[in-house]
Order: sequence, then structure tokens, then C-alpha cells
Amino acid sequence: MKKKTLFSLKSPYREQLDVIGYSFGRGKKALAIVGAMRGNEVQQMYVCSRMVQELKRLEADGKLAENCEILVIPCVNYYSMNLGKRFWAMDNTDINRMFPGYDQGETTQRIAAGVFEQLQGYEYGIQLASFYQQGIFLPHVKLMDTGFTDPGMLKDFGLEFGIVRKPRPYDTTTLNYNWQIWETKAFSVYANATDEIDEKAACEAVNAILRFMDNRGLVSTKTPPGYRTVVLDESETEQIQAGAAGLFFSTVEIGATVEKDDILGRIVDPFECTTVGEIRTPVSGTVYFAYHSPLINEKTVCFKIIK
Amino acid sequence: MTETIASIALAVNEKLKIQKRRIQNGNSTTRLSLVTGTHGDELEGQYLAFMVGSFIDKNIDLLDGIVDIYPALNPMGIDSITRGIPMFDLDMNRVFPGTKNGTMVEVVCSAITDDISGSDVCVDVHSSNIFLKEIPQIRISVPTAEVLLPYAEMMNIDFVWIHESATVLESTLAHTLNSRGTKTLVVEIGVGMRITKEYCGQLFQGVLNLMKQLGMWKGKTVPVRKPIISAGREVGFVNSDVAGIFVPFSDFGDTVKKGDHIGNVIDPLSSKVVEEVQAVCDGMIFTLREYPVVYGGSLLARILQPMQGGEDA
Ligand SMILES: [Zn+2]
Repeated sequence: MKKKTLFSLKSPYREQLDVIGYSFGRGKKALAIVGAMRGNEVQQMYVCSRMVQELKRLEADGKLAENCEILVIPCVNYYSMNLGKRFWAMDNTDINRMFPGYDQGETTQRIAAGVFEQLQGYEYGIQLASFYQQGIFLPHVKLMDTGFTDPGMLKDFGLEFGIVRKPRPYDTTTLNYNWQIWETKAFSVYANATDEIDEKAACEAVNAILRFMDNRGLVSTKTPPGYRTVVLDESETEQIQAGAAGLFFSTVEIGATVEKDDILGRIVDPFECTTVGEIRTPVSGTVYFAYHSPLINEKTVCFKIIK
Repeated sequence: MTETIASIALAVNEKLKIQKRRIQNGNSTTRLSLVTGTHGDELEGQYLAFMVGSFIDKNIDLLDGIVDIYPALNPMGIDSITRGIPMFDLDMNRVFPGTKNGTMVEVVCSAITDDISGSDVCVDVHSSNIFLKEIPQIRISVPTAEVLLPYAEMMNIDFVWIHESATVLESTLAHTLNSRGTKTLVVEIGVGMRITKEYCGQLFQGVLNLMKQLGMWKGKTVPVRKPIISAGREVGFVNSDVAGIFVPFSDFGDTVKKGDHIGNVIDPLSSKVVEEVQAVCDGMIFTLREYPVVYGGSLLARILQPMQGGEDA
């Protein structure tokens, strides 16, 4: 294992920001794994730190493939993490909306450019991703469909679901999208939590990444058996919106199988505790996203169902 | 007449409402939409909207057409000095055109788009952010330049910046409206969190002139400035190489020569000048950093170079 500083930025009043990478094996750039780019992505950083442990062990046991280098960056934006902010604190910009970056641009553009330079040329890329809404996801792997990466590869992670997303204009500045434009086969792994640690989901994510590496011939390792991944397009999932606003109570567990017209949750008047809305599913399927906050606005997407 | 064009219930005893006011007189249905407040930290448009609305109210007989004023597309943001939409950490200008059955923000954006669509011209007023001050300018993308430039020139601004189009900008209100055939001009004036009366006054004259040219204003207007057009010129970016406190020596509109000393980055701890900031090219400063704290890489100024071949308009 080699620990190295991949990019540095001077701040006027704090110690300089050093983006740290851990590299394993040597030779061809095989896989890069990126963790927290936002200050609340603690789970994402944790999964990467676990990967550092796993790869250290595999390297010591001689289980890494010949001519194969693997890079792990647990955290790009620890500056925001230490301040308790999600985005870059000075201007509230999101590093994962700045790729491919611009080395003459504003601060977060420079960070994106500096990090992206180090991330180019890898055959595979994995980002530990989080979602902008408060909510819980079933662990899954997502592919931004640019036409470059074969969606069939999602199965190599052995997670229950592989989701293919058609990029929208605002996706074109994410790491995942730009990786693919620069010919890295890129995947986003969602490990449930964001600002807290979910040990079980972290284990699942670590095993999924190890499984992927094993299936792709980068390492030789044993993992618990995975799922036969169902690969589907995001547009095939059913989004359910809240019909009212108030206090939100979910009545299903994430991953539950539900039947059409089942009640998934209810919304209660915050002052009078009367029920103002029931949330029913218009389709049968598996709950793969559930909103997770006591307060809910009207029209908020509160559940997503895989039919 | 004040209308609510979108209303969504918030969790506790409140609704998010997007409102507009319609001012109408005469028989003409020519419609100008004046839109602002997408970014909650940009306030120049608030004063402009007031100036335009109150002036037309006092001179209603001179209006022949419809003026729709949308002062706050992101009311929660303005109310809380938040650039994006507070609950979502989202830049609203990356969500257009929205969808009717999407998230709350998408529903709002969709309603706004539908309501403004069909205007003869839409003027979308932004300030800069709190970091940079901008001379009054209109920004248009290369593919829309031919259609929009004549209108931009009516607006009494100093500068028209024709920029390359980028996929990410396809989610802006302006791109969405332009691609639906509603001519939309993006104005950038002043600085975030402040009102620059002089610039608002300048743009106010521009709006009246635009209305006159559209045949919807019978009152007097003043001759407007001829803006400098960026086409055929390069823009030089001056970035800080170090971190510290930026103190400028130059002002807006200053014409500088390459290598001119336009400011310092200082370190209050060591009492040293850590960088002498120089102009990267000849030209006019049209953007200048307002907020003093800089990291390595922060933008300090933008300079518009003279026309290739030395001819200046
Ligand atoms: Zn703006």
C-alpha cells in the first residue's frame, strides 16, 4: 500500500486541504474507488476505509492480480465534513457538480480538476454515492447510461438491484458521467445511509465491491454469495408523491414486498394529529427507497417501488 | 392583479407560493415578463421589479400590452439568504423545465415554465453572487445569439457576453424558454445581497426602451447605451494563485494593460503581500471580486480583450 497526496489546496486560515489516496498493486490502472465528495457522506467514507483494510490484507496475501493498480480515495471534501456542512462551505457549491473540473476556475472547479486528473485512465471507477433527499435506499448499484458501459456488468456486484439512469442535463457535471466520457467504466454504489454509519449496509457494499473485483479478475477473494441482480431502467420504477403535508409516518420497511393499494405510510396534521393523507402504492413490487424525516412537504417523493 | 401560479403545502402550517402581478392596459396582447429571484442571494432584481411596476402604475395610460412581474421564483431562498432552494440544497436554475409529477421543486419549475411561456420577451434578472461584482450585462449562448442580440441591444446595458452553450445549462429557465420559442434575456448586474441603485436605474431605462420597441409603451424613453459585444474578443480570467485577503486597486470598467498591478492578496498573520495580482491581458475589467477572502484559485477579475486586430467598437 502506498499513501499519497493527490491534490492540495491552500486555505487562508486552515491547514491546507490534502486529498489522500491509497494505492495497491502496481501496473495498469485497473480500478479507482471514490468516497465522500460531500461533507455529510460519512457512510461513503467509512465504506472506503473498510476497502483500504480489505485491499491491504489482499495485497499482503498476494491476492491482487498481476499488472493491476487499485486506487482508493476515502474522502475528497473533509473540509466540509469538519465544519458539519454538506457542500463547500465558502460558496455552497457541490464538488460532484463540477466535473470534469477547470484548473483555472473557482475553488471547487479546481478541486474537481485536480482529483479528476488522478482518476483518469482507470478501466473501472466506483463512486460511493448519496442521494440529495433525506431517505433510505436498498443497497443498489447505478449506472449513468452514456452508452459506454455495458449495463450487464452491474450484475458483477451481486446486489439485489442494478439501476440504469438516462443522464439529464444536470448529471453531465458529475464524476460518474465524466468518467465514462473519458472511457472509464463507472458505477455508483449506494450504501443506504449518508450522515450516519449503517454497519450492515456498509458490509454489503464492501462485499459487493470485492465481488465485482473478483468477477473482473482484479483480485482473487471469497465473498458471501450475492443476489442474481435485477437490472432495470430507472423509468421503470414507480415514484410515489405525498398528497399532503405534515408529519410523516412510514409503515413499511425498506426492501418490503408490497401489493397494489397497500398503505405505505400516512401523513398527520402537525397541530391536531388528524390523518390528512394516506400513501398507497399504485403498483405491486419492492420498496427500494423510503423518505426518512418526520416532516414532509406536499409532492415530496416518499417511496420508490421496483415493479 | 396578483396571481398565485404555484402553491405547495409545506410540512407545518404554511404554503410555498409563487406569485406574479399582471399589469395590463390597452388592446394589445404583447406581453413582457420580468422575472427575478431564482437565486435567493441576488437582490438587484427586487428593486428593479419595484421601479418598473411602480412607474407603470403611475403612467398606466402609456402602457399598451401586458407586463407580468415575477419578483420571487425562489421565495424561500430570498427570505432566508439562501442561494438555492433552502430545503433541497438545489440550484433552482438547474431544474427547469421541471415535471408535473416530479418532486416538489420540479412541480414548481414546471408551473413557472408554463406560465411564462408565450411571452413575447422574458427578461430574467440575476445579480452576481456575493463574491463577484458585474457591470450590467446580458449573457446569451451562441445558438441563440442571432435571435436575441437585437433585443439585448435595446436593454441599455454595457456588455453582451455571448458564451458557448454547455449541456448543464440546458436546465436553466432561459434555455428552457428560448427552446420553446419565448425569447429570454439573462441579465446579470451588480453583486449578491446588495442593491446597486445606479445599475437598477440603468436597467429600468432599458426595460422601458424594450417595451417601446415592442410597441407596448407610448411614453418617452432615453437613448440607450450601445453595449460592447464579446464576439470576436477573448475574455481573460484573473485567478488568485494563493490564499489570503484580496484588496483591489482597480475598479470596474477600468481599461488595463497586460501586467498592470490591479490588486494584492495579503496575509494578515505574516503582514506580507503574498501575491501581486496582475492583469493577464489588455482590456476592460467587467467582473471584479467583491468578497475579500480567497482560496488558491478564486476568481479575482475578468477582463475583456480588445477586438482582434485592435479595432474597438
Ligand atoms: Zn442568479
